[in-house]
Amino acid sequence: MDLASAKMIGAGLACIALVGAGIGIGNVFSALINSVARNPASQSQVQPFAFLGFALAEATGLFGLAIAFLILFVF
Amino acid sequence: MAIELHPLQQFEIQRIVPLQIGGIDISFTNSALLMTIAVGLITALTVLGTRKAALVPGRWQSIAEMSYEFVADLVDTNAGHGARQFLPFVYTLFMFILFANLLGLVPWSFTVTSHIIVTFALAIVVFIGVTIIGFVKHGAHFLRLFVPEGVPAVLLVLLVPIELLSYFIRPFTLAIRLFANMLAGHTMLAIFGGFAASVGLLAIFPVGINIALVGLELLVALLQAYVFAILTCLYLRDALHLH
Repeated sequence: MDLASAKMIGAGLACIALVGAGIGIGNVFSALINSVARNPASQSQVQPFAFLGFALAEATGLFGLAIAFLILFVF
Repeated sequence: MAIELHPLQQFEIQRIVPLQIGGIDISFTNSALLMTIAVGLITALTVLGTRKAALVPGRWQSIAEMSYEFVADLVDTNAGHGARQFLPFVYTLFMFILFANLLGLVPWSFTVTSHIIVTFALAIVVFIGVTIIGFVKHGAHFLRLFVPEGVPAVLLVLLVPIELLSYFIRPFTLAIRLFANMLAGHTMLAIFGGFAASVGLLAIFPVGINIALVGLELLVALLQAYVFAILTCLYLRDALHLH
């Protein structure tokens, strides 16, 4: 197998990491919706944490995407 | 009618004013231009916005005050006691990243923070600064940060390397988080734009997706600046108060 094909396969495999990002973000917002549904008055306190959690969960998925780009365009 | 897609061409650095000093290339590039515009806009907002200093603020003064209050609240809540002196640093960081991200969304513009070297420079400054602050405040006692309390000695052998690793990975995660978000967002915009260009009448669908993506990118621009600032405050709190 030549390098170019291997790069394509490697980049595709690296994108499987985005599954984790999807599950993580779903978890974060599910917790937000649950807690606001139980106690609507807490929304202004909980929401900043929800956005922080979303960004951090998204970041780990994007680390995988960064590896995919690294494989495709640097090596 | 095959249109060639070059989604990564938007990240190329172009020299606007070529300059060389002793073999070192210090040209004024499109990246430098956007950074200058960002700094100019932030200065205009804060200086011109607060020039009249009315008790009941007008529009620009309101915006300048709201941005200051937002970051001041962030630092007070998250960086703990005695961190007010770092507010100018966090404010500069937040506003620069925010304006750099937002300016990248202007069509035919260039996203400064989509280059790892830019985000890594910001992140390494935060990391080294916070470490130095920790050592200045606590001396050698700062190393207690890696030894949590109430842990049996057997577990410490495992725990201290993990704590050290997660500490030293901070500049990299800070940098890569911002860089990957900006890169992925703008690459997707370029790819769907390419689809729209190559598909004729069905272009309404990629263009519709692009409209939604620009909305998402606006949110991500704001959010990534907020996350960078809040993580800086949290790292500051760790250094100042040792957990």
